[in-house]
Amino acid sequence: MKPRQGWRLATAAAIVGLWALPAAAETTLKVRPFGDLKTIDPITTSDYMVRNHGYMVYDVLFAQNAKGEIVPEMLASYDRSQDGLTWTFVLRDGLKFSDGAPVTATDVVASLKRWGERDGLGQQLMANTGSLEAVDPKTVKLTLKNPWGLVLEALGKPSSNVPFIMPERIAKTPANENIKDPVGSGPFVMKLDEWAPGSKVVYVKSPTYTPRGEAPDGLAGGKTVKVDRVEWQIIPDAQTALNALQAGEIDIFEEVPPDMIPLVKGNADVGIAKLAALQGVMRFNQAQPPFNNAKLRQAILALVDQDPALRAYVDDPSLYTNCPSFYMCDSPYFTKAGWPKPDVEKAKQLVKESGYDGTPIVLLDATETALHPASLVVAQAMRDIGLKVDYQAMDWGTLSSRRTSKNPVGQGGWSIFLSGPAAPDMSEPVGHMALRSNCEKAWFGWPCDEEIEKLRAAFTTAPDLAARKAIAEKIQLRAVETVPYVPVGQFFLVRGVRKNVDGLLAAGVPVYWNVSKGQ
Amino acid sequence: MGRYVVRRLVGTLPVFLFVALFTFCLLRLTPGDPAALLAGDQATTAEVEAMRLKLGLDRPVVEQLVGWAGQLASGDLGRSVFSNMPVTRLIGQRAEATAMLALVAIVMSLVFALPMGVIAAVRAGGAIDRLAMAVAVLGFSAPVFVVGFFLVYVFSLSLGWFPTQGYTPLSAGLWPCLRSLFLPGLTLALLYTSLIARVTRASLLEVLSEDYIRTANAKGVRPRVIVIAHALRNAAVPIVTVVGVGMAALLGGVVVTETVFNIPGLGRLTTDAILRRDYPVVQGLILLFSTIYVFINLLVDLSYGLIDPRVRY
Repeated sequence: MKPRQGWRLATAAAIVGLWALPAAAETTLKVRPFGDLKTIDPITTSDYMVRNHGYMVYDVLFAQNAKGEIVPEMLASYDRSQDGLTWTFVLRDGLKFSDGAPVTATDVVASLKRWGERDGLGQQLMANTGSLEAVDPKTVKLTLKNPWGLVLEALGKPSSNVPFIMPERIAKTPANENIKDPVGSGPFVMKLDEWAPGSKVVYVKSPTYTPRGEAPDGLAGGKTVKVDRVEWQIIPDAQTALNALQAGEIDIFEEVPPDMIPLVKGNADVGIAKLAALQGVMRFNQAQPPFNNAKLRQAILALVDQDPALRAYVDDPSLYTNCPSFYMCDSPYFTKAGWPKPDVEKAKQLVKESGYDGTPIVLLDATETALHPASLVVAQAMRDIGLKVDYQAMDWGTLSSRRTSKNPVGQGGWSIFLSGPAAPDMSEPVGHMALRSNCEKAWFGWPCDEEIEKLRAAFTTAPDLAARKAIAEKIQLRAVETVPYVPVGQFFLVRGVRKNVDGLLAAGVPVYWNVSKGQ
Repeated sequence: MGRYVVRRLVGTLPVFLFVALFTFCLLRLTPGDPAALLAGDQATTAEVEAMRLKLGLDRPVVEQLVGWAGQLASGDLGRSVFSNMPVTRLIGQRAEATAMLALVAIVMSLVFALPMGVIAAVRAGGAIDRLAMAVAVLGFSAPVFVVGFFLVYVFSLSLGWFPTQGYTPLSAGLWPCLRSLFLPGLTLALLYTSLIARVTRASLLEVLSEDYIRTANAKGVRPRVIVIAHALRNAAVPIVTVVGVGMAALLGGVVVTETVFNIPGLGRLTTDAILRRDYPVVQGLILLFSTIYVFINLLVDLSYGLIDPRVRY
């Protein structure tokens, strides 16, 4: 070969080689979420999947860090006047929506007003608000009519409904009407054209999002996105999802059923991580007999032993906690004050004192939910002390409709259902969905107690944490008498994660910033 | 034949009307409320009621029916209560997966079932016949989810030849698409092979005992020609009927297979919509399925004329 020919060949080979080099591969994190995304509006619904979608595409003024503290997220600074009535919030630089428009104070005002129409804590904030206005493009001023101590807790609310910030044009949608455009200023952008309900939801890294400089911390801090694309693959069957995780077709499997955990642990390529803590809630219908009788509710409180109910869900002590309190065990307001020890004899005595006349107790059980085994356990425990239990198995769709009925049990009504709200919704008295005892306005079951409501109102104006703790304890002492519901313990949901996935945050809500994926 | 087709098509109108009315009423009688589901677990009674008002579910049922009928008359199937997407778009997103799965399953079934049924008929009473029918009974009796998970365990998790789940659309290439459908297709094919093979055997056995077959044998026509050219064509009417009904059932969505293999098809769309009480989606799907059944039955009926010259329309 002549030297010149060799040079030509080398050049040609180099060109071909360069052409054949793969482009930088797009990193896609494939997640099997615990449910399906039914709608994209996190304000009109409290559905946790929609909340999780909200954390992907929206940002928040304040966020909760891993210690449970509320810290600024979209804000550069905020200020509270001496009397606590005037709050000023200043947006940080560089905030943009995914359509390229800057985030302004008017967007914040419109978003908070819409949220304040729907969310319970938001409604209280708005009821105490004199004015909420944009002072300039980056400054929002909130003026309260009365001192109200939960401004930060409301604006930094971590769970449904979260005060996500949307563009004003979208936030002007009536609060009882679903938004149609998922534009937000969060770390991801939803690909609406690729959304196939019941099959797939796709998010890509937002080109307009600028994370905070701090490290991620719970739901707060810098939300640095380390993958190009996140795909939520809706896989309804858990066994199919497990197969996909083991074969590496998905990277994360949210809510691994407890009976599958040993299989996940047995695979060297997959690990287990805690996802979120829930509280098992056994709710009574107080609008109808027999649970319009406080003595009978007290009997059930004395009867329920959390341990067997929790072990029916998962026989791994690291994944459940006996928590003798209406508040989550890791909440600052946790207290055992007044809590009765499980005592079958005392329960029988209270049933006798209640004058229970054999009215059937209709227990609604959504068999596809995590609390199905606990429902069976408590149903049997009630039968064992002579209560007449009419156990009715159904799907969640039927249960969520049946529980709205206030009719007698013989006319499609109900007596008990079990649900599992997440920790952030069960940690303090005001946001606590099952302690609210404001009759018609309360959660299904409609407990009614003036004293609890007065104490909840006092909680919002308490000057400091110590005062709030004292009030939270008084609420518990009163609730042990009125028994708006019976907690059946605290349990963890877990997720299966491929070993090449790193950076998952223990935030109480499944979020996918900071997550990287290796080869 | 043209008049027959027109007569049949006109005859389907009352069927559609009945299906539409029946589905509408059945959904309203079923316990459950999309408003309660849409509002979420923490919603209060007032919020659920506000959602019902917003969705128009508080209106009298007759008024809702009239509204829906008006939409249908203008060719609009409505929008999902949840995603707010047009029902036609939701169906469009899922139709390809179901159609491809049905096609793959039917082709596989025919490839296995016809030779199996023919051999079993020709060797009736022999060891091969017994074996073929034993396999057919097993295939028909084994639950689809057991077969599906067994195939996934062997061919995906152990051998790694096929994906465990999911559907790769045709736009990504024919081979990736077929690869993603091989195991679900095979799972369904085992079921339909059993059905078609048994019908093929029974139908062929009947034809093989006819006088003209005896005559052909007496004339010294080769057995293979007798079976394929004479007997099989005359035995085809029941076979085509079974294949047609099978195809319609597959296009109507095969919920278990789609769930086990996570195929985003019409079957899963239907179950999801039922579980959520997404009325417009369920109504649209049931109408679609009834249309598929009606047209496939029509095609099957028309094919009789092509297979059997004695049939005239």
